[in-house]
Amino acid sequence: MWSYERRLEFPVNIKTPNAKLAQAIISQYGGPDGEMSASLRYLSQRYSMPYREVAGLLTDIGTEELAHLEMVATIVHQLTRNLSMEEIEKSGFANYYVDHTLGVWPQAAGGIPFNACEFQVKGDAITDLMEDMAAEQKARSTYDNILRLVDDPDVCEPIRFLRQREIVHFQRFGEALRIVQDRLDSKNFYAFNPEFDRCGDCKDENN
Amino acid sequence: MGNKEQLLRDIGIVCFTVTELCLYLDTHPTDKNAMEYFNHYNRIKQQMVREFSQKYYPLSLDQAECGKEWQWALAPMPWEGECA
Repeated sequence: MWSYERRLEFPVNIKTPNAKLAQAIISQYGGPDGEMSASLRYLSQRYSMPYREVAGLLTDIGTEELAHLEMVATIVHQLTRNLSMEEIEKSGFANYYVDHTLGVWPQAAGGIPFNACEFQVKGDAITDLMEDMAAEQKARSTYDNILRLVDDPDVCEPIRFLRQREIVHFQRFGEALRIVQDRLDSKNFYAFNPEFDRCGDCKDENN
Repeated sequence: MGNKEQLLRDIGIVCFTVTELCLYLDTHPTDKNAMEYFNHYNRIKQQMVREFSQKYYPLSLDQAECGKEWQWALAPMPWEGECA
């Protein structure tokens, strides 16, 4: 169950359209390291996570990622609203425009559509949390790359906010990994998968 | 920036504190100081959201009180921005 709050997590008020920049930033909507991948990854991984506080963290970060998805869509929308046909043709936006007009569709900067293969739900607590930490760093790198393309402070500020959140989420997932490892066999974290193997206290010396 | 925009920005700041404390508490569920901070800011958040919703438009469905018209549908959407 979710409820909607009619506000952005961080304000976005862009005065000057820039279709070229929108085409780069849309990657954080539907691209490989974007917010759609992030939210679906965490919200899908939580069901088989046996530790309640880690499942809670996946829920809360997954929920915050939905707020980030809305922020990225807002940036793309405000960068492309009120574009003239001339601007669309000049900025190289015609290829996107022909399929989606000025709607916001989940795709990578290169035009590749959003795909669930961009993230994994492995059903193994260590594997999934390691992926989550890597995902936060990949998104942070993407925001760093975007920031090198941006001059407009109206775009810079919300992108900087989103970049900073990746770092905080990385920190929290690291703590979640520690919580999981504290409950596993300290001599061999891989002795059993707490999301699958039923004997929580078994120690298989062969693994 | 008008009073409405200022209050909405202030709500964003307090709500951010609540979000940040929520994630921290998820991995530190016995940290008493953090829980006190959470309770404090969460109370302020609720007061501010109620104030905004009574003065301007409902920010969430539980603040949507029916008056002359269904404000929940008619109020501005967040992606419109202040420059719309």
